[in-house]
Amino acid sequence: MASSTEAPPRRNRTPRRPGDRIFAGVSTGSGVLILVALAGVAVFLVTEAWPALTAPAEDIPGGEGLVVYIWPLLFGTLISAVLALVIAVPLAVAIALFITYYAPRSIAKALGYIIDLLAAVPSIIFGLWGMNVLAPVTVDPASWLSEHVGWIPFFAGPASSTGRTMLVAIIVLAVMVLPIITAVVREAFTQTPQLHQEAALAIGATRWEMIRMAALPFGRSSIIGASMLGLGRALGETMAVAMVLSASAGVTFDLISSENPPTIAANIALQFPEATGVGMNTLIASGLVLFAITLAVNMIARAVINRRKDFDGAN
Amino acid sequence: MKRSTLGRAFVLPTTAALAFGLVACGSANEEGSSGGPTINGAGASSQEAAQSAWRTGFLDNNEGTINYDPVGSSGGREQFTNGGVDFAGSDAYLDDGEVAAAQERCGEGGFVEVPAYVSPVALITNVEGVDSIKLKPATIAKIFNQKITTWNDPEIAATNEGVDLPDTRIVPVNRGDGSGTTENFVEYLKAAAPEQWPHEVGDEWPVSGGEAAQGTSGVVQAVKNGDGTIGYADASRAGDLTTVEVGVGDEFVQYSPEAASAVLDVSERVEGRGDHSFAFDLARDTTESGTYPIVLVSYVLACSNYDNADKATMVKDYLNYIVSAEGQDAAAEQAGSAPISDDLRSNVEPAIEAISSSNSGS
Repeated sequence: MASSTEAPPRRNRTPRRPGDRIFAGVSTGSGVLILVALAGVAVFLVTEAWPALTAPAEDIPGGEGLVVYIWPLLFGTLISAVLALVIAVPLAVAIALFITYYAPRSIAKALGYIIDLLAAVPSIIFGLWGMNVLAPVTVDPASWLSEHVGWIPFFAGPASSTGRTMLVAIIVLAVMVLPIITAVVREAFTQTPQLHQEAALAIGATRWEMIRMAALPFGRSSIIGASMLGLGRALGETMAVAMVLSASAGVTFDLISSENPPTIAANIALQFPEATGVGMNTLIASGLVLFAITLAVNMIARAVINRRKDFDGAN
Repeated sequence: MKRSTLGRAFVLPTTAALAFGLVACGSANEEGSSGGPTINGAGASSQEAAQSAWRTGFLDNNEGTINYDPVGSSGGREQFTNGGVDFAGSDAYLDDGEVAAAQERCGEGGFVEVPAYVSPVALITNVEGVDSIKLKPATIAKIFNQKITTWNDPEIAATNEGVDLPDTRIVPVNRGDGSGTTENFVEYLKAAAPEQWPHEVGDEWPVSGGEAAQGTSGVVQAVKNGDGTIGYADASRAGDLTTVEVGVGDEFVQYSPEAASAVLDVSERVEGRGDHSFAFDLARDTTESGTYPIVLVSYVLACSNYDNADKATMVKDYLNYIVSAEGQDAAAEQAGSAPISDDLRSNVEPAIEAISSSNSGS
């Protein structure tokens, strides 16, 4: 960074060698390629979804039209992803703070590795773990919840006897998005300006107050951005949800019964192998909806991060 | 600067060479390592294990390559009628539109359609303290339609004297993905208990609110992990779970290979589809003693006539092996299917023998 003041004049004097041109071409090409790939996906989704968008309502699976078919899927996707974030974000911020400010250096390093390792576990393993280990464990607590706090819509019950519920799907998703959120947030905290931290400590702040005054405001845009990244992952997660979730009903807020709304991605994975004709187009139309939502989430995340950029400028 | 340019000049051709190398490998693999003709098939995933047993058994004594792509029944039928594959596997026989398309594809001789894979579907339960249970079709329909909700319901108790039934809630487990197993089970319910089962027949489970699981292993796992669960799955995968004895007429039948394939012998062959089509409307509501009516019957489809003589011979020999006692036993061992009866075998063999080629010279 320090040398950046000298760089521009020198670059002007440098003649353009073949390497420059090739490198510029390769990097521009890569940039264009990703756009082409994205456009290709969008075109595929729209053209394949088109027959379902124009089909009469009775041809759509379920016989009541596209909106009625996709709405429970969309609801299931959003409720699972949003509630997974509700669990994962506070946990990720706490872990990141612990690693940056509280943990001894050796432990911090080891913990960082372990969190990153979590990101390398394939989602099918999370699915198996959720189905065979986590689900049975939740059966008793879930039936306790439905008996004692059943007035909360989330825990209305009747509790599933196998534990393959929305609650377990949400916990599995939370674990899966934890590493990416933690990694981004931790990176932000380590970049908190030393001056801000020392200034806070100098006016007599405790460590918690210093974190609240210096680290958290500085990291806020990163926390939001990281949450959106996590949300994108949770929205699109397919395999783990397909395995864990007993998706057999429409819209419901009940998290602990065996009647849950499916998610878009998991539903496509489950139904695609035997789908034909308009049924297949309908699945792709639901994929188009997911694509649009994920795109919107990412754009909002960008916008939020860019708006908060001013604060980063204090660096 | 200079060095990096050189480096890049080196890297690009290497990448290209690698890519071409991979392409070369790919095409080499497709040709297969052994000589002889290649026949390609696609279709029902239920047949996958059986197809691999048949392929192994057949290639022990024959040259050639057999590919089977388990894309699903409807995909297999579509590829077969399009001419994309030489043979197909399907959990349902061709519908009228597909019959016309298949006849067009195969030309004069028409198509061969033989039931080659009979797989009993077991009703598996996990109820604490209950290790044998008998259910009438109407009761099964009510359970899966969620009209009977506890295991000590009088209707269940009526057919299970002496069994100590708990008051556990019944959790019906169904397939969450589209499946031929679901279609066959629903077809059974519709035929055997039409009044208690008002739903349409299809490969997706029609009742909402049960426990839905992915794939056969998902259903088995869900039944195993829960208490008071009942599900339906390929009998070979039932393991040590309690299987339901199903009411047929006045008696109760535990699934067995013989009882499952016996259904085909009491079922009626569908007429007007050509001489070589052996499609059966299964007698799900049979009252015949010793039959187990919840079965999945999967067909093998082929043409009676192929342009290529080698291909025709290979398909004929392969199908002959599939329906032979040896082939059926191999599938039974590998996939837990029920071997077809000798009567049925002698009926379908002439249809397979008729497979030939119009250009016998080439």
